Amino acid sequence: MSTPAQASNQPATLIAEIEAPPLSLSDLTWRRFKRHKMAIAGLVVLILLVIYSFGGAFFVTEKYANFTNTKERLQPPSAAHPFGTDTIGRDLFARTIYGGQISILIGITAAFVEVMIGIVIGAVAGYFGGKIDAILMRFTEAMLNLPQLLLLIVMAKFFSSDIKNIDLFGREFSGSVVVIIFIIGLTSWPYLARIVRAEFLSIKEREFILAARATGTPTWEIIFKHILPNSIAPIVVSATLGVAGAISLEAYVSFLGLGVRAPTATWGNMLENAYRYIESAYWMWLFPGLFIVLIVLSINFLGDGLRDALDPRSRTV
Amino acid sequence: MTKYIVRRLLQAIPLLLLVSLILFVLMQNATDPLATMGGRTPTKPEDRARLTRQLGLDKPIHIQYLYWLIGNDWAKTDLDGDGIAETYGTRHGVLRGDFGTSIVQTGRPVTEVIGERLPNTLILMLTSEVIIVFGALLVGVFSALRQYSFFDNLLTGILFVGYSMPIFFIALSTMYIFSVNFKRWGLPYLPTVGMFDPKVGETPAQIILHMILPVFSISFISFAAYSRYIRSTMLEVLGQDYIRTARSKGLPRREITFIHALKNASLPIVTVVGLDLPLLLGGAVVTERIFAWPGMGRLFIDGIDRGDTPVVMGILMMIAISVVVFQILTDIVYAWLDPRIRFD
Repeated sequence: MSTPAQASNQPATLIAEIEAPPLSLSDLTWRRFKRHKMAIAGLVVLILLVIYSFGGAFFVTEKYANFTNTKERLQPPSAAHPFGTDTIGRDLFARTIYGGQISILIGITAAFVEVMIGIVIGAVAGYFGGKIDAILMRFTEAMLNLPQLLLLIVMAKFFSSDIKNIDLFGREFSGSVVVIIFIIGLTSWPYLARIVRAEFLSIKEREFILAARATGTPTWEIIFKHILPNSIAPIVVSATLGVAGAISLEAYVSFLGLGVRAPTATWGNMLENAYRYIESAYWMWLFPGLFIVLIVLSINFLGDGLRDALDPRSRTV
Repeated sequence: MTKYIVRRLLQAIPLLLLVSLILFVLMQNATDPLATMGGRTPTKPEDRARLTRQLGLDKPIHIQYLYWLIGNDWAKTDLDGDGIAETYGTRHGVLRGDFGTSIVQTGRPVTEVIGERLPNTLILMLTSEVIIVFGALLVGVFSALRQYSFFDNLLTGILFVGYSMPIFFIALSTMYIFSVNFKRWGLPYLPTVGMFDPKVGETPAQIILHMILPVFSISFISFAAYSRYIRSTMLEVLGQDYIRTARSKGLPRREITFIHALKNASLPIVTVVGLDLPLLLGGAVVTERIFAWPGMGRLFIDGIDRGDTPVVMGILMMIAISVVVFQILTDIVYAWLDPRIRFD
């Protein structure tokens, strides 16, 4: 950047500087985000975890991850099995790789479902107000009236009757993956809907919306092109934290035996029943557990940094 | 104030009806109560038909919901299967305080089954809540007084880790260290599962010993939110004029912090506690499962596994009602503590 003294000698640079396009939201965010050391650390750990689970697939086949060998049950960590083996002799190292893929996939897609429902309900309630708002908000309150985990368990049970396996990209997935993504999204949206509604309530009173309305802009365009982009900051932050929330919720439900079924591994369902072997086989819960803690922690740090960068006014835990 | 309470109560009625309807439809389709009734021997087809009629499962879902809600002692049901409805039902319905009878523990009223487990959950949850609140007050005040100091940053880091940690991981790690390994190393170790050692009996000392690990796990997870909250309200209060006045007239620092500032800073925590308490009732599902604690969370999961719909519905409705009641209570207490707040 040029100092004022230089600038006076070089008016051309100064003009270029002044006339340079203002920093975009993403540039500004990145500038502020870089200052948050823990958020950068979280981002690095997150990238490493993604490389571990998706890159690891080049070295270990999924067949091997699901291969049961009852002769090698409950083996402690060794050179052949770095993380040991589980109760039916599957290699836990290979399973953490493929489990990681599914856990990350569930986290991202469930957060996506959550954001979609949350935006639509929050936007409609906030923009139209009146009776629609009252009905939608009563419904949101009804959802918040129960602990999310209990609601999730009831829904997991509801959808748990026969689920077929799905073939995708030449791989076989348990259909319960889709069910879990869907129900986590279905039970997570109320908080986001409230945030979006609050944003809409304040933004829709601003002059530029009045101007848009006066020029006859269609309603959907006002909602999605004028108001939504202005309320994107809290949505991005909640979506990021939503990924961490979805990963840990999947782990909770799977831990209770109502989550993703065999043969598909997730970090969560690797923990199922592992607690029964707490005295004899610590490696069964330690490794998948550590991965869950690491990814949730790194995403939370990332989300915290994003909140500071995008939305400096709000500040919570 | 009375007007406000009445209005809130009236608003709660449709809300609870909506919650109960959604849950009832979900639960009724989620599980097959008859599947678990026969135990190991499969139920005979004629028994199955008879039980279906007795439980009213042959009726359409909205009639089942109606019976669950207001009972069926006013309607005739066909019990013997000859196509003629002849017997009056015996259920009184939830609105008249009858949550039905448990299917797994045959014939026992749901309220009795839940009532037996409720104290166990309460003892765990209330202890944790007290520890969380007092610990968070201490930590929150401490970090607010030394904002951005080494200890403040360290605590923030630790609390953030606790906030992100799934409860099963902290539970399993502490169990592994303090029970399994301490036992291996010949140190005094903590018990892993249950509420008391059957050989010793249900003495207070035993229960306290068995509570240490679960209470620690629950507190560690919820600690962060509370103490960060207190830290921020405390910082806000410490910057206010009346604190400066108190300082300038030479009051001891301790008195300013703990009497003048903390009193106002701890007000908002009432809201957090009031809204969290009822959710704790159900939040213990995982903890109770790991530590084999005979509380409501385990009753809930067992009920889900075995298709004990009346018990599951009873627990869910109890939590939903207590959430509503606690919301109103919180508002009342808050208005009483802070006279600036008016609801009219």
